[in-house]
Amino acid sequence: MSCACKNPFNHDIATENTPMVNVQIDGEWVQVPKGMNIVAAAERFSKFIPHYCYHPKLSVVGNCRMCLIEMGTPKMDANRQPILAADGKPEIAWMPRPQIGCATQVSEGMGIRTESPLVQECRKGVMEFLLINHPLDCPICDQAGECKLQEYSFEHGQSNSRFIEEKVTKPKNVDIGERIVLDDERCIMCSRCIRFSKEFANDDVLGFTQRGSHTTLAVYPGKRLDNNYSLNTVDICPVGALTSKDFRFKMRVWFLKETKSICTGCATGCNVLVGSRENEVHRLTPRENEEVNSLWMCDQGRLGFHEIHEDNRLTTPLINGIKSDWSSALTQIAQQLHGFKPEQIAIIASARMTNEELFLLSGLRKALGGEAVLCDVIERLGQADGILRSADLNPNSNGAKLLGIANPGKLNEIRSGVSNGSIQALLIFNENANEAGLSIESLKKTALVINVGMRLNGAAHFNLPSSSFAEKRGTMINGKGRLQRLNRAIAAPDQARDDWEIIRDLKAAMGGGNGIHTVEEAFKAMAAVIPAFKDLTMSKVGDLGVELTLSSVQS
Amino acid sequence: MSCEFKISQEFEKKVDETITHYPVSKRSASLPLLHLWQEEFGYVSNQGVEWIAAKLDLQPINVFELVTFYPMFRDKLAGKIQFRVCRTLSCALAGGYELFDHLKKSCQIEGDGHHGPAVSADGKYSIEFVECLASCGTGPVLMINDDFHENVSNDKANELVKKYG
Repeated sequence: MSCACKNPFNHDIATENTPMVNVQIDGEWVQVPKGMNIVAAAERFSKFIPHYCYHPKLSVVGNCRMCLIEMGTPKMDANRQPILAADGKPEIAWMPRPQIGCATQVSEGMGIRTESPLVQECRKGVMEFLLINHPLDCPICDQAGECKLQEYSFEHGQSNSRFIEEKVTKPKNVDIGERIVLDDERCIMCSRCIRFSKEFANDDVLGFTQRGSHTTLAVYPGKRLDNNYSLNTVDICPVGALTSKDFRFKMRVWFLKETKSICTGCATGCNVLVGSRENEVHRLTPRENEEVNSLWMCDQGRLGFHEIHEDNRLTTPLINGIKSDWSSALTQIAQQLHGFKPEQIAIIASARMTNEELFLLSGLRKALGGEAVLCDVIERLGQADGILRSADLNPNSNGAKLLGIANPGKLNEIRSGVSNGSIQALLIFNENANEAGLSIESLKKTALVINVGMRLNGAAHFNLPSSSFAEKRGTMINGKGRLQRLNRAIAAPDQARDDWEIIRDLKAAMGGGNGIHTVEEAFKAMAAVIPAFKDLTMSKVGDLGVELTLSSVQS
Repeated sequence: MSCEFKISQEFEKKVDETITHYPVSKRSASLPLLHLWQEEFGYVSNQGVEWIAAKLDLQPINVFELVTFYPMFRDKLAGKIQFRVCRTLSCALAGGYELFDHLKKSCQIEGDGHHGPAVSADGKYSIEFVECLASCGTGPVLMINDDFHENVSNDKANELVKKYG
């Protein structure tokens, strides 16, 4: 497994060569890996055992009691051999009391009942206790719609409460971190967040104080839950106790359309769901991929989407700062570009662009003069944290290398070429010229500056609006050489278009159409010439991506 | 209360020695260390929580959970003379609550004392309810500091206050 992060536990995944044992689940004999807990084992056969505190990636504490099941072991004869029934299967001696599924491991001949009357009675009882002190504020609670308390209460609980005493009151609206708010009354004390912080994020600041009737989830006085993985606690909180400051009260979750995509915050490429409604992205949540990010993502990546909706988006093509339209802009650019020698042209592209865009860009570069046209991307280096975050903050550095767009060292040449005037035409794709080390003065000296991106470049003669990661489709190669897919969650604003379309049209305007009409065709054309993509199509990449064999990848 | 306690060498030596009693897991020394701290300094401050956590390679929250759970640990100073009155059933029936109120009045203690000690303004007396002190036949019972007293009528209480005061 090449998961970027290390889970403290993987209860749902059996290690290789684990022997299988025969287990009877709800009357049916099946084989499951020895030692797997009953919740995970039953899930393999579509038997869902409700649970709150159990989490497949965290230690088992068994404190919520929701996963109670009936179990039994084979009856043994005097020689400690199982007594077989008429059907040749062992007879099971059922235990009179229920057991918790999460802390019980399967063994040979075990019997499990997940739906018996006793089990149903247990769930009903547990639900009643859990709801005793829980506020009934679902109408204003952010978790409503994805709340396990709501779901299991509906499925296993009862519609009316027998509780006539006073509820215990606890702290509300507690500011426990930069990005997290805690409502202690909603907490059902499952301790998932405590275990996550300690075991996964290595930031043991949460705990239960005042244990007893007034058990309170709290941070140690003076400390804060501020680690870069803190928002995962909001995801794993089965109720609305922990909420994200960024998302709370913004949108009811049932209105969100969830689009499978990937995070473009760094080279890890965590799999995400983009939650959007009516052309607005409201949140990103991690999507399970054991090969990449397991169930998690960092807060930086999660909150990085806000730039999509910032006010200064470029939404119409501008020629010398004046609003124009695509066809005039592209025609004029093509005309002007024809007037330059290849050595006078340079391209600054971005390793945040998709493979399809970079591939078409390499085609455009050929049309402009090939290798003579200087071309590079801007490196972005950060600090790897040993959990998920990569030191490479560009999501598609490998794609840029593979497609010949990243040419280390060339950026320096472009910089000096622009400042000494040898480069007269500069194409900038999705990058900030300042970040590339090009001052506005030097850009103003340049005869033709074309800026394709989400933001305006004041010194550019042509500004062409392009799409954000949530507005386009395409593929990227993460730091470990995994090819993954971006999907469009929302439409690009106003006249902004996909980069691949812009590049294709620019090339067509220069006199060379290429018959590419969809992003799939762009991928197909790329797969035909790039050996690493041989036999692949966008649909084969799938939701979870595929591992590529890349010679250039350093892990 | 946020005064810094100065940790003496003898105290630290005693603590280090206590930790050696728990060779399998240092964490098991949490409670003994909290007791030692409270005996030495009178209550368990955040400084104490953090110092003990550091000693045991724990995070402060791990120790803080214990302090807030066990009623015998205090997070502020109790009185010089501490009354612990039993409120469990037998003593409650025998007049534990009346005894509690009487002592509060005679020692001029404000505050309720239901959760942790209520202290008199001069800091001399403190009083709190505790659960069963294991002498149900001789209620109401109370402890004054480390001494145990049975059949404590209001008169006997007056005598005791005089004796300790």
